[in-house]
Amino acid sequence: MLRGNGTKRRGPIGFMVVIAVLVGAGAGAFAYTAGWLSPSRLTPARLVDALAPPGGPALGHRRNHAKGVCFTGEFISNGTGTTLSEAAVFEPGAYPVLGRFNLATPDPDAPDATVRIRGMGLQITAPNGQVWRSAMIDAPVFLVSTPQAFYAFLEASKSKNPDAMKQFITAHPESLAFLQWATTGAWTGSYAEERFNSLDSFAFTNAAGETNIVRWSLLPAAPVEPITPAALANLGPDYLENEIAERVSKAPQSWTLEVTVAAPGDPTADATKAWPADRKTISVGTLSVQQVEPEISGPCLNINFDPTVLPPGMTTSDDPLPAARSAAYAVSYNRRTAESADYPGKVAGAAP
Amino acid sequence: MTVTRKRFTGPQRFLHWLMAICILSMLFIGVGMVSTVTPAYLTLVKIHKPLGIAILALALIRLGLRIRYGAPPLPSDLPEAMKLAAKLSHYLFYALMIAMPLLGWAMLSAAAYPVALFPGVNLPPIAPLNESLHTILWDAHHYLAFLFFAVILLHFAAALFHALIRKDGVFAAMAPLSAGDRGHHD
Repeated sequence: MLRGNGTKRRGPIGFMVVIAVLVGAGAGAFAYTAGWLSPSRLTPARLVDALAPPGGPALGHRRNHAKGVCFTGEFISNGTGTTLSEAAVFEPGAYPVLGRFNLATPDPDAPDATVRIRGMGLQITAPNGQVWRSAMIDAPVFLVSTPQAFYAFLEASKSKNPDAMKQFITAHPESLAFLQWATTGAWTGSYAEERFNSLDSFAFTNAAGETNIVRWSLLPAAPVEPITPAALANLGPDYLENEIAERVSKAPQSWTLEVTVAAPGDPTADATKAWPADRKTISVGTLSVQQVEPEISGPCLNINFDPTVLPPGMTTSDDPLPAARSAAYAVSYNRRTAESADYPGKVAGAAP
Repeated sequence: MTVTRKRFTGPQRFLHWLMAICILSMLFIGVGMVSTVTPAYLTLVKIHKPLGIAILALALIRLGLRIRYGAPPLPSDLPEAMKLAAKLSHYLFYALMIAMPLLGWAMLSAAAYPVALFPGVNLPPIAPLNESLHTILWDAHHYLAFLFFAVILLHFAAALFHALIRKDGVFAAMAPLSAGDRGHHD
């Protein structure tokens, strides 16, 4: 032991050095964990930075899906979802819903016809207080399967190198299915006509403890009337949010919530790949959108539609995207709420 | 306090070292989770919340023990500035141990995130949904975390200074085992 008489005695200077080295090692470990020593680490902040257009982000707004309107309504569960998940929202009944129709753009003023992807943020609250949040888009598959590939896409799309996008596609052939939809898929003239898809997979566990990997979609009840982007542009830059507000004011709009169950071997960790069309699907209920409100005065403004906010009976799967989305959405939320004074017409600190 | 002890009581020492592990883990989990987009993010967030609440509960118990049993006196030959630094750092530690979990809990409440302690067990919100309040709480939670780690490093340096250089019994007062406990190894 150090106290033993035979032990070599170290002078105070030597101990000072020992102390400095130990404290420095502690600080270094902390800095490493925080990513300060790893500039190449893909952090949530870097991912969100990369979403910003060349002129910088629109302050006070979501860093992506910045243009949108709030809605409220209810989810009418038919009870069949309980075969897949013990989540209380699948018990028969009607549960309050809060959501947001949106366009996948960092520009809250982007004309509707310039934005290819449309989305829906959704929150269903069960009587036990548990909430289920989801953020879906109308593409049938996602652009990429990993956050690194998403970052590479954002970099390529902003690159001054004319071959950057070509190089991205060569490196990421999995993106072709999405890009084909983006270039050749039909456009609609209403949020009410869109099918919204989870794309990412999640794990549902029922009361018996059986777990299935699932994806889900909201299938519109409204008949789909395709429109060209040019015709949509002629209807005005904000046509979609005005149209959905007017349509809902006349009658609630509904979607069927359909859950698709993966079979063994299906690509559960790859949102760029559709599952075979013959997979079991279960209609678990109906989303009824009953009121549309502008974002600034609506209940969705300060809600983060983080897809990992899941009730008991649901968890994330081996799909790596939801974790990255959760991390990035949190950064977007922290930044935009800190800039709330910059949200047009918003008084800082006002209750939402 | 009626008895003057040379060491902290057994429960105080136990809580000190247990909380040292918890708080260091918490700070590393905190800076680690906000710097990654891998699935570890969700795992770390899932640990961060219940561990924070555990630290809050332990801190309150520890505060009660501190009020009940006090602390052993510092060596009389310790410079006044060091005595003051020791005293202030202890106040700061208690404030941070209690404030950090409450700030985190309130920050999540102000953003309307469910605060899941365990799957199916959510804590009630302790702040209203409000973006300005969220920003204040988030900033406080964020910057105080770095202050917390800095004070821990100072505390660690001071403990080693007492143990290795001054050898004045201050470290022994909180050491998990006393010199006597270790004696039979000699």
